[in-house]
Amino acid sequence: MPSRAAPTTQSPPVPAGLTRDQLLDMYRYLRLTRTLEERLVALYRQSKVIGGLFRSLGQEGESVASAYALDRGRNRDVLSPLIRNLGSMLVMGAQPIQILRQYMAKAESPTRGRELNVHFNDLERGYLGQISHLGDMVPVMAGIALTFKLRGEPRVGLVYIGDGATSTGTFHEGLNFAAVQRVPLVVIVEYNRWAYSTPPEKQFAVKDLAEKAKGYGVPGVTVDGNDVLAVYEATRFAAERARGGHGVHVIEVKTYRRTGHAEHDDQHYVPKDELDWWAKQNDPVDRYVKRLLQSEWVEERELQAIDERTRAEIDQATDACIDEPLPPGDSALEGVYANPPALTPHWYRTL
Amino acid sequence: MAEVTYLEALRQGLWEEMERDPRVFILGEDVGAYGGAFKVTDGFAKQFGEERVIDTPISEAAIVGAAAGAAHMGMRPVAEMQFIDFISCAYDMLTNYVATARYRAGLATPMVVRGPCGGYVRGGPFHSQNPEAAFFHTPGLKIVYPATARDAKGLIKASIRDDDPVIYLEHKWLYRRIKEQLPEGEDLLTPIGEARLAREGKDLSIVTYGATVWKALEAAEQLAKDDGLSVEVLDLRTLLPMDDAAIMRTVEKTNKVLIVHEDTRTGGVAGEIAARINEQAFAWLDGPIMRVTAHDVPLPYAPTLEDFVLPQTDDIVKAARWLAAY
Repeated sequence: MPSRAAPTTQSPPVPAGLTRDQLLDMYRYLRLTRTLEERLVALYRQSKVIGGLFRSLGQEGESVASAYALDRGRNRDVLSPLIRNLGSMLVMGAQPIQILRQYMAKAESPTRGRELNVHFNDLERGYLGQISHLGDMVPVMAGIALTFKLRGEPRVGLVYIGDGATSTGTFHEGLNFAAVQRVPLVVIVEYNRWAYSTPPEKQFAVKDLAEKAKGYGVPGVTVDGNDVLAVYEATRFAAERARGGHGVHVIEVKTYRRTGHAEHDDQHYVPKDELDWWAKQNDPVDRYVKRLLQSEWVEERELQAIDERTRAEIDQATDACIDEPLPPGDSALEGVYANPPALTPHWYRTL
Repeated sequence: MAEVTYLEALRQGLWEEMERDPRVFILGEDVGAYGGAFKVTDGFAKQFGEERVIDTPISEAAIVGAAAGAAHMGMRPVAEMQFIDFISCAYDMLTNYVATARYRAGLATPMVVRGPCGGYVRGGPFHSQNPEAAFFHTPGLKIVYPATARDAKGLIKASIRDDDPVIYLEHKWLYRRIKEQLPEGEDLLTPIGEARLAREGKDLSIVTYGATVWKALEAAEQLAKDDGLSVEVLDLRTLLPMDDAAIMRTVEKTNKVLIVHEDTRTGGVAGEIAARINEQAFAWLDGPIMRVTAHDVPLPYAPTLEDFVLPQTDDIVKAARWLAAY
C-alpha cells in the first residue's frame, strides 16, 4: 500500500490511500489524454489522420481513474479499453507516439497500419485492444480472467462496455460466464448518454445499468463517472475484491459523451443546453483540479508545470512521427498465420 | 496395436495432449461431469479436474471468446460445440475476433474449436450441418476434417499444438462406425495442410473429405469391380490451408476430377477446388470438373428426404461413370 500523504498544511487527508504524487500522476494522465486528443483533432483537420477520430472528451476521468486503480506493478492487471478509454491505455503504459502513429496509419504503428485508432494491445503492459463488434471483449476478458484463476495468479481483468453495448448478446454471455466461473473481472459500464445517436430510453428499460448486475448474481454499483476519486475508489474496491477471489463486480459510471460519435458527427440530436451544462458544470478534469486545489493537496503551479510538460511531450511525439512512411503495400500479406509468415501475391501482380 | 474407433481415437488424442501439456484445457456444454453429449470427454473431469474440463453455460460466443482470451495468455484451450450446428452462434467471435487477432494485433490465439458434424444420422436441420464453407472464407482460421481414426487422433493433436486457431470438424456418422488399428505409445501426429491419398488409381480422381471419403472408397471399389475403372481417392484432411499440390498431382495423373462433399453445393468448398484446378492444371484436364454434393436445401429429417438430399455412394458411382465416359 502506498503511504498516505502527509498534508503539508491544514488540508483534508488525501482519500483512498493515494499519495500526493499519485494525485498529480492521475492529473498528468488526464491532461495527457486531453492534450493528445486535441492534437489528434488538429491532425484530423489537416487530413493527417487517415480514418475517423474518436474522442473521449468528458470521459477522461473515469478512464484514467479506473485504470489507475489497477495493479500496474508485479501482478500486472489487464484491461480492455474502448475507443473512449484512451486515458486507461495511457495509464497502463501506452505511449502517445503509438496513438499518433495508429491514427496516421504509420508503418511503425503498433499494428503496422492494419488497425485503426486505439485498437491495439500490449499484454505485457496490460491492455488488450477492442474490436469494433461491441460486447465481444466481455467474453474475451472473461477468458483472460479465467486464466488468472486457473493459474492462481493474483491478477484482475477489467473490461469497459458502453451503455449501448449492454444490449449485445456477447455482453450477456460474457458477463454470465464470468459470474458463473467467479473469475476476477471488473466490468465498467459507461453510461455516457449516447450510443452513436441512440438515447438510453431506446436502448434499455432499466434506469441504472448497475441494476443489470442483479440478473447475473454479482454486485453492481453506480458511481459519478466524472468524479475521479469516486471512480478510483469504486474500482479499487472492486479490483481488490476480485483479486481476493470474490468474482465479478459491475461498476456503472455515469458520464457524458461531449463530442459526436466521431469527429464527423455534428451531434445535432443532442440538446445544446445539456451539452453546455456538462462542459461548464461537470467536466471531470475541471472538477478534479478544483478538488485538488480547494483541498490544498497540490499547488496550481504544479499543475501548470504538468500542462507544459505534457504539451512538450505531445509536440515531440508528433514531430517524431508525422513524416514517417506508411507501411509498404506488400507487407499486407504478412502475419495472417504464424506459418507461413507471409502469403504470396496473386499471379497477375507478377505479370 | 489396438483397434480403436474414430471417437476413441479423438478421445485418446485429447487425453494425451491434456497429459502432455498443462496449458491445455477443455470448455463446453456438458463436457465435464456428463462427459459430453457423445462422450468424447468421458472421464476427463475425473482425471484432470473440473478446472481443466469446464462445464459452461449455453453460450457459444462466450465459450469461443473466453477460449480466445485464455489463448492470448498462453493457454491452449479446446472449445467444444455440442453439435457443430451451434458454431454459428459464435460466428462473430470466430470470424471477427479470433481469426483476425494475429493479423490486426499480433496476438497469438492458439485454440481449437471442435464439434460433431454431418448427416446420414436422421438429425434434421440443426443436428446435421457441415459448417466448413462458412469459415473457409475467413483468413486466419485453419479447418481440418479427419475421415479416419488415425487422422482423428493425429489432427486433434496437431490442432492443439498449432499456433493458430483451428476449427476441428469431426463426423458423428464416423464416430463409432470407423475402426482402425493404431499403434500404442507413439506420438501420432497428422500434419495440418497435407492431404492423404486414400486409394490409388489412374482413370479418374475423386477429391473429397470427411464422411464422403468412405462413400467415395465404396464407389471406387464398385467401379473397379463392375466397370474395370481405376479410381483414385484423395482425402483432403485439411480444408484450410488446402493442399493444392496433392490436388494437382492427382489431376495430372488421371486428368479427370470429381469433387465430392456432403455440404450443400452453392458457395461450397468444391467450387473453390474447381477454381484452383482451373487456374493451376487446366491443361491437364480431359473433361469438366464435376461435383457431387448435397442439394441446396436445409437438411430434412425423414430418412427418405435426407437420403435424397445427401450424396450417396450410388450417386458417386453414376457421376464417376459419366465422367469416365466423357
